[in-house]
Amino acid sequence: MLPFTLEKVTSVQAAIAAASSGRRFIAGGTTLIDLMREEVEQPAHLVDINTLPLSEIRIEGSDLVIGALARMADVAAHSDVQRLHPLVAESLIEGASPQLRNMASIGGNLLQRVRCPYFRMHDAPCNKRTPNSGCAAIEGLNAGHAILGTSDHCVATHPSDVAVALVALDATMQVRGPRGERSFPVEELFRLPGDTPHLEHTLLPGELILAVRVPGGPSSRRARYLKVRDRASYEFALVSAAAALDVEDGVIRQARLAVGGVGTRPWRLRMVEKALIGKAPDRKIFETAARLALEGARPLSGNHYKLELLPRTIVRAFEMTGEAA
Amino acid sequence: MTTNVIGNPLPRVDGRAKVTGAARYAADFNQGGQAYAVIVGATVGLGRVTGIETAPVEKMPGVVAVITHRNAPRLPYAPHKSYIDPATGERLHVLQDDQVRFYGQPVAIVVADTLDQAERAAAALRVSYTAERPLVDPADPKARPVVPEAGKQPDARLPADTARGNADSALADAPVKVDAIYEIARENHNPMEPHATVAAWNGNRLTLWSKSQFVVNEQAEIAAVFGLPPENVQVICPFIGGAFGTSLRTWPHVTLAAMAARQVERPVKLVLTRKQMFFMTGHRPRTLQRMALGATADGKLTSIVHEGTGETSRYEEFMEALTSVTTFLYSTPNVRTRYRLLPLDIGTPNHMRGPGEASGVFALECAVDELSYKLGIDPIDLRRRNEPAIDEGENKPFSSRSLMKCHDLAAERFGWSRRLPVPRSMRDGRLLVGMGMASASYPAFHAPANARARLLPDGTAEVEVAASDMGPGTYTSMTQVAAETLGLPVERVRLSLGRSDYPPAPSHGGSWTMASVGSAIRAACMAVQEEAARRPQDGRPVEATASAQRDPDVAARFSMHSFGAVFAEVAVDPDVGTIRLRRAVGAYGIGRVVNPRLARSQCIGGMIGGIGMALMERTVLDPRDGRPVNAHMADYLLPVNLDIPQLEAHFVEEIDPHVNALGVKGLGEIALVGMAPAIANAVFHATGKRVRSLPIRIEDVLSV
Repeated sequence: MLPFTLEKVTSVQAAIAAASSGRRFIAGGTTLIDLMREEVEQPAHLVDINTLPLSEIRIEGSDLVIGALARMADVAAHSDVQRLHPLVAESLIEGASPQLRNMASIGGNLLQRVRCPYFRMHDAPCNKRTPNSGCAAIEGLNAGHAILGTSDHCVATHPSDVAVALVALDATMQVRGPRGERSFPVEELFRLPGDTPHLEHTLLPGELILAVRVPGGPSSRRARYLKVRDRASYEFALVSAAAALDVEDGVIRQARLAVGGVGTRPWRLRMVEKALIGKAPDRKIFETAARLALEGARPLSGNHYKLELLPRTIVRAFEMTGEAA
Repeated sequence: MTTNVIGNPLPRVDGRAKVTGAARYAADFNQGGQAYAVIVGATVGLGRVTGIETAPVEKMPGVVAVITHRNAPRLPYAPHKSYIDPATGERLHVLQDDQVRFYGQPVAIVVADTLDQAERAAAALRVSYTAERPLVDPADPKARPVVPEAGKQPDARLPADTARGNADSALADAPVKVDAIYEIARENHNPMEPHATVAAWNGNRLTLWSKSQFVVNEQAEIAAVFGLPPENVQVICPFIGGAFGTSLRTWPHVTLAAMAARQVERPVKLVLTRKQMFFMTGHRPRTLQRMALGATADGKLTSIVHEGTGETSRYEEFMEALTSVTTFLYSTPNVRTRYRLLPLDIGTPNHMRGPGEASGVFALECAVDELSYKLGIDPIDLRRRNEPAIDEGENKPFSSRSLMKCHDLAAERFGWSRRLPVPRSMRDGRLLVGMGMASASYPAFHAPANARARLLPDGTAEVEVAASDMGPGTYTSMTQVAAETLGLPVERVRLSLGRSDYPPAPSHGGSWTMASVGSAIRAACMAVQEEAARRPQDGRPVEATASAQRDPDVAARFSMHSFGAVFAEVAVDPDVGTIRLRRAVGAYGIGRVVNPRLARSQCIGGMIGGIGMALMERTVLDPRDGRPVNAHMADYLLPVNLDIPQLEAHFVEEIDPHVNALGVKGLGEIALVGMAPAIANAVFHATGKRVRSLPIRIEDVLSV
């Protein structure tokens, strides 16, 4: 671990000012410290934002507002979250072990780095860690890697679970930087790797995430998160799906679907959603729609199974929306 | 006076020390003025070191030495092999030349005043190589199997080839056959405690506080490496935080710690990283096995052909008991076994809980399960029809064998009678439910051991032996043996383990510690009582040392093994393929149970190891450079709490008068053996899909 300075800030303005001069924020530290220990991340200056007043969870009108520093565990256990947005709670509980959930913040969760093993190996090429050094995963061991949104430079999946739920629910981010506040959809936080996989998000220098806002709606209560993996906890998704349905008079009025473990960012599947509108919810309809998820999919040598597992996970997640969590 | 402490479910005598942090593990023995060492491993899988830029690193803050093959002392490396070292080949000579034999092999060691400084300097050290593509994939056609040298002797403990009758022609003639290939991935031990050594020299005498399951062999090995008389080396290891076999051998990092300490003339502490434990300290070798069974229509086995191959390194032939159980588990006139090794550009594998047996029994018990479906005979009934009267491989009676009793007990506790025989016929809601079972076996080994007992004037006793406790509860169970023999309450007996200057004990592995060390403690306690009776009571301590070993005549007359039965229920999601173990029941015939609470705990631990083997554990090597890609606890999957359902372990009443005076047969390994095939058989029963490679993962059952 390289030496670094740690500066505590007590106001959002001070945090933004510090970050504008190139310092990095640290909240729960569950990703950053880990990567600093392996010298994958090498920040010289850290700004501790944990004491900023950004951990409130509240209801505003029909929206749920989650402060950026709210801990995963607190959000998942919050009665309003469980009541209004069970999908968010479920994705958080599936998202990490209890120890990690106690520490990790919502803002940090969205910005966590990828789990590609080569990203963590200094003696292997990785365009994300060292631009233009190459990608060891494309010709290497890539069973856990993405099939959607990949490029010839990077095939790593985005690891967050709650991000998948937030993208499905059309959540927005509230951020503040040197030039003021702005809001944008969570989906737009994440970049595709393209030929610059080291650039992962769209935050401007000095911008600080203040909150995530989740709009309420008819489908938010009939929503489930299904995470498929080889062990029951503490493992990233092979494939996951956040699915929500609004069914009225036996007909689907609105459908929401985002998937994880398969895309280089949380992957919204609007074509699948569209194919469900106006139909009666049943397995056949789900199966037909789920096949659309594979459009543009590019499997690697080790992850062909995801072509099979992705539609099955989608079908099952939509079925689960009719079952209790 | 008899206290009857053997058989009591005593809580761990060292439990309080462990949970309060008072128990000291190797890395806890910090020495005044110590420096910290960090190993730099090769970043290529095969080749030569062409350059090491030591100068800039030597100037870094706190760095006291950078040791490479260029400046390392040439060590004597006198010949030394114990039974836990491969019989053929030569151990890795560390920092003695420029050759890289496998990815991660140490190429330098950096020593600094603090751990932080040493880590930073190690990360900054630039090493250049000429590299070739290593051969690490056993399926690569360039990999050529060899006959293990030590298996060629007619009296070999692990013969390369065995045969009785004519298995191949009997197989060809058999009306019903199973003939299949089974694969098991490479596994790493992954104990909680990392390997650690603190080394301190005093003139020509060396003290090592070092994680070891075999302190007297670590003493002998390091003495041989450095050309010292063994009495100049003292190894101390009172506690071990799990090992599963990885600390049986003395690996090169112990040599490096001692080398560094001598070089910098200070005590040196070296703790391996989790990542380094994936390539420097052995692993369960990948295996490939052909298992062929022939049977009559009414389920009598007429032939077994078992051909197994395990990977090894280029420089040593690591052998394990892959085909051994096949020769005696079932009755059949015709058996042929073949065991081969596949030398690859990897570090030498080593024993991992149930070494050989766990892998071999997986193939055998899956094949027997496959046969049961072909025959339409209940799997337990099929085993009963082939229950032998004697060990037909050795042509000797068993000293005791409770296999069918184990099956009957486990089947009853499990509720096997509720199982519907047809695959894919049982459901719970939308989940496919499957029930599977398997037999287990492990030898009841015994090795010569020594112990010392001392009666003190205050009415307490001390017992010393150079054995270890890696977690099964040796401190407690041995204290019970001593207390019962001496007729003292447990609280008045103090047991000390883990010092090489105590009376020598065999390696703490192979499920033989209670049999071997327990017998020695019993003998020492009896000897000290005789001594006390002989001597006038003058208020001075009375001491006696004694040894124990198995009577060779009895050993020659009987075949001695533990047996067990394992039953498992799984639920498989037919949509997304998730496989969850729902419950498991094991029953074991292991002779006398010294402490039922510890025995149950040890069984549950072994079963969990088997669950990992069945469904999760595998170390994946990148074929381009041999690096383990998932050398991380987040990526090498081990079961977590949520994966472990209700597990039951039962013991059948078994009195074995032949194995040893205590009547114990050992438990550590058999608890892992049989779990993986029971689960694999349950997955087949649930899904109708036979998966013959471990671990069984979601992608394997997706196509059902």
